[in-house]
Amino acid sequence: MLDPAGEATRAAAARLGVSGLNSLRIGKAIDVELEAADQASAQKSIEMLSERLLANPVIENWQLEQLEAVAETMA
Amino acid sequence: MMTPAVGIVVFPGSNCDRDVRWALEGCLQIPCRYLWHEEQNLSGLSAIVVPGGFSYGDYLRCGAIARFSPVLEAVKQFAEAGGAVLGICNGFQILTEMGLLPGALTRNSKLHFVCETAALSVYPGKCLWLQDYEQGETINLPIAHGEGRYHCNKNQEVSLEAGGQVVLRYQNNPNGSTADIAGITNEAGNVLGLMPHPERACDRMIGGIDGQRLLAGVLKKKGA
Repeated sequence: MLDPAGEATRAAAARLGVSGLNSLRIGKAIDVELEAADQASAQKSIEMLSERLLANPVIENWQLEQLEAVAETMA
Repeated sequence: MMTPAVGIVVFPGSNCDRDVRWALEGCLQIPCRYLWHEEQNLSGLSAIVVPGGFSYGDYLRCGAIARFSPVLEAVKQFAEAGGAVLGICNGFQILTEMGLLPGALTRNSKLHFVCETAALSVYPGKCLWLQDYEQGETINLPIAHGEGRYHCNKNQEVSLEAGGQVVLRYQNNPNGSTADIAGITNEAGNVLGLMPHPERACDRMIGGIDGQRLLAGVLKKKGA
């Protein structure tokens, strides 16, 4: 899948004198905060969102990265 | 007999809706009804046009948010029941996001927004909208898009070609589209998506009339 924005940026990087830059792809990061009963159900919701809304699998790949789990106890 | 009307979907951010109405009503005397994005009643309509523009700001991806609008749920049922549906430019992007047509439209290979007249070859096959064109005929339609590069996987491409679903091809590929694809139809031939703008080629005074047969043809074929 051609990424023309990534290719243009890679060409510009070469003009800065950085060599060996074999590949540069531009994508997007989407930060999500989600309330869920547990990690498994949060994971399930986010996977469904990613597949059906956040990414178009025809032209985009996606992966999840969990940065932190915030446990909240009821007061 | 009541003259059949064409429904024109209007999203926040649509900008070719009035051009389509002018082409249909002003140039071709075909009555129209606007369908606001929250509308679900398609009664009395013989065809639906999803026009160009930037639906919902094209946030996330072109057509990605529009896909979830109430009007398109009704349009999806209309199409699945064999109703004639046309998606132009952003409308084509929306039809692919909805899954009514395979593949996706993404950034032009040279990153530029292209705005020019494109020479196209027409291969009508069984596409309802193109029955008034000759096989292999050359027509000229305006294009105006930044994200019009058609992409699909190899299996989809083979299946589109085998099924005669690639109905419009660029003669000078302006955006890097797979197989010079400018427009495709679904297996049944009732849904057409294309990046070029037939509604901008319906008035002799501005841009020629190569788009007239596309917009008028579908109603004629239905015996209207």
